[in-house]
Amino acid sequence: MVEKTLLEPGKSLSQEESAPRYAAPGEPSSPPVSGEPSSPPVSGEPSSPPLPGDVMAEHPGGLRKMKEAMGILLSSPTAVTGLVIVLFWVFVALFAPYITAYGPMEQDWKAPNQGPSMAHPLGTDELGRDIWARLAYGARIVLVILPVNEKIWLPGGTAIWGVLAALFVGASLGLISGYKGGWLDEIIMRLLDAMMSIPVILLYLIIVAALGASAVNVVIAIAIVGTPGVARLVRSLTLDIRTRDYVRAAETRGESLFYILFMEILPNAKGPIIIDAMLRVGYAIFAMGTLGFLGLGMPPPSPDWGSMVAKGREFILVGSPWASLWPSIAIASLVVGLNLLADGLREESMRYQ
Amino acid sequence: MGHPPSQIKNTVWENRLINYTIRRLLLLIPLLIFISAMIFAILKLTPGDPAVILLGERATEESIELTREKYALNKPLHIQYVKMMTNFFTGELQSIYYKENVITVVLKRMVPTLELGFTALMLALAVSIPAGIISAVKRNSFFDYASMTTALFGISIPVFFTGILLIFLFAVKLRLLPASGYGGSMFTLEGIRHLIMPAFVLSFTLMASTTRITRSSMLDVLKEDYVRTARAKGVRESKVIWKHAFKNALMPITTNVGNQIARLFAGAVLTETVFAWPGVGRLAVNAIFRRDEPLVFGCVLILSVIYVVVNLMVDLFYGAINPRVRYE
Repeated sequence: MVEKTLLEPGKSLSQEESAPRYAAPGEPSSPPVSGEPSSPPVSGEPSSPPLPGDVMAEHPGGLRKMKEAMGILLSSPTAVTGLVIVLFWVFVALFAPYITAYGPMEQDWKAPNQGPSMAHPLGTDELGRDIWARLAYGARIVLVILPVNEKIWLPGGTAIWGVLAALFVGASLGLISGYKGGWLDEIIMRLLDAMMSIPVILLYLIIVAALGASAVNVVIAIAIVGTPGVARLVRSLTLDIRTRDYVRAAETRGESLFYILFMEILPNAKGPIIIDAMLRVGYAIFAMGTLGFLGLGMPPPSPDWGSMVAKGREFILVGSPWASLWPSIAIASLVVGLNLLADGLREESMRYQ
Repeated sequence: MGHPPSQIKNTVWENRLINYTIRRLLLLIPLLIFISAMIFAILKLTPGDPAVILLGERATEESIELTREKYALNKPLHIQYVKMMTNFFTGELQSIYYKENVITVVLKRMVPTLELGFTALMLALAVSIPAGIISAVKRNSFFDYASMTTALFGISIPVFFTGILLIFLFAVKLRLLPASGYGGSMFTLEGIRHLIMPAFVLSFTLMASTTRITRSSMLDVLKEDYVRTARAKGVRESKVIWKHAFKNALMPITTNVGNQIARLFAGAVLTETVFAWPGVGRLAVNAIFRRDEPLVFGCVLILSVIYVVVNLMVDLFYGAINPRVRYE
């Protein structure tokens, strides 16, 4: 069997694990610039001496880890660029009511299909609605709120929830599959392979068309489509981690399966999973855009980026491309941002190995 | 060479290859069952009476009953599933919209899809493999940054964006190319004119991943000892890159390209929609929207199987380009 893993050789191990020694809190980390994007993982002690213990001791637990993560992040210009773009959209989404002059559904019959002007910074759509307002409110559905029905909504965007759900299911399957091995592994992976052979966009469409177009159903679709990929990644990480001494130790202590999977293996696999998750949020936004574009976005009056593109497309041939260009740019920029963030983090954490 | 030992080795290898192929082909059966069951299950989640959809709102009660009988719609789900599968294989599964055998409908749309797909793939490979190699050889140069940035945009920018932009520029403003549609076979002038924009848009997305993978696998190989040895021996740099490095970097690139070929048959759903290209992708999308259940079922099943089979062929192809590959 030709084994095809999603991983490049260098990035298979837990990256965060070896990172702390270099990423001193507050100190602009300057690792040896030997960092080829795929340099072989260096096992054992790092070449430079570890920092004095008291520096670490000042920031116990979570705070220290946060600072380390920030250190990795900020030392990569690529990741910072990505972060800025993503934060821009998060900001826009959070403060949509304060940074827009119009409501997303507010129509101005006298000014349909206009280009950018002082009154409407990005122009108006075919019903005279302000495109900037619609983009900003559209960002909310993607990034900060999940509308369950007309009255109830949950914090955390549709794309985020979808990826979280995929992570949960995929990671559970991958952990069990990789740890247990044998026939269980064989069955789980075969089923997931089968799922992966269905063309992605069609799978999205079939699911959403069957369940109906709503944010919750899009979350379900993102979860189903994303699960096999997450499971494969987590499985390959698990196969590697399960041979480590601390897992053996936990087994010897007689820890439960749940404990070993979620407390010993999963935390040590989190680096690659987090980076993968960022890319997945990008895919999810892409998928939402695609669904909207093909007519399965959020129900009509609500500002859905993909639907905006689709609607605006009808007016390109008469010479007003704005209504479809802006939301396309919005989707593209957000996905570029997430990709940059993930790429930057990956390259940077690879250097620490 | 023709030495007896190597011949024996060859036969062993061939036997393994045959065994491997047969095993993989046998695995297709459970795969087929699982995929079809899954699609069937999702389709059954759709609300509404399939018989009514099949006949339209104004059908008489009698004819609806007859249709239910015909497609086993009044039977339990598993019987409906078996019926659908048998119909699929005997060629009796008919599209509601086209009133034709599902397999025929799909195969008819394959030609435009493959024309578009292969043109785009060739375009993509012609650009991305040289670009990836140059990026790796001249690492951190301006060219490297430029091509990596372009590749990033290629992955991130939705097809409808590039598509819309091109249509606006070349069809609306400059009036050089037709905005959308299929102009007949790609071997005619009109066909090519219609093909240019969609092929370019599709190739842009394909380009990105190949460039990135070519670059990273070349970087891996260029660090190897044999490359250093070759350079130390004074082998010409171009020969080092092509013969020593690129040949060994080919494996991941093949995986990627193989995967892309396997996906080509499914059509580029978005590109086909943006440019109103009459391919399989658009057929599937339309079938979903028309709630043409048999066609959706057939379409997705056929496309998934093609994907698996093409991937199997790629796996087998590995052996040809890399003698180190062993099939177990």
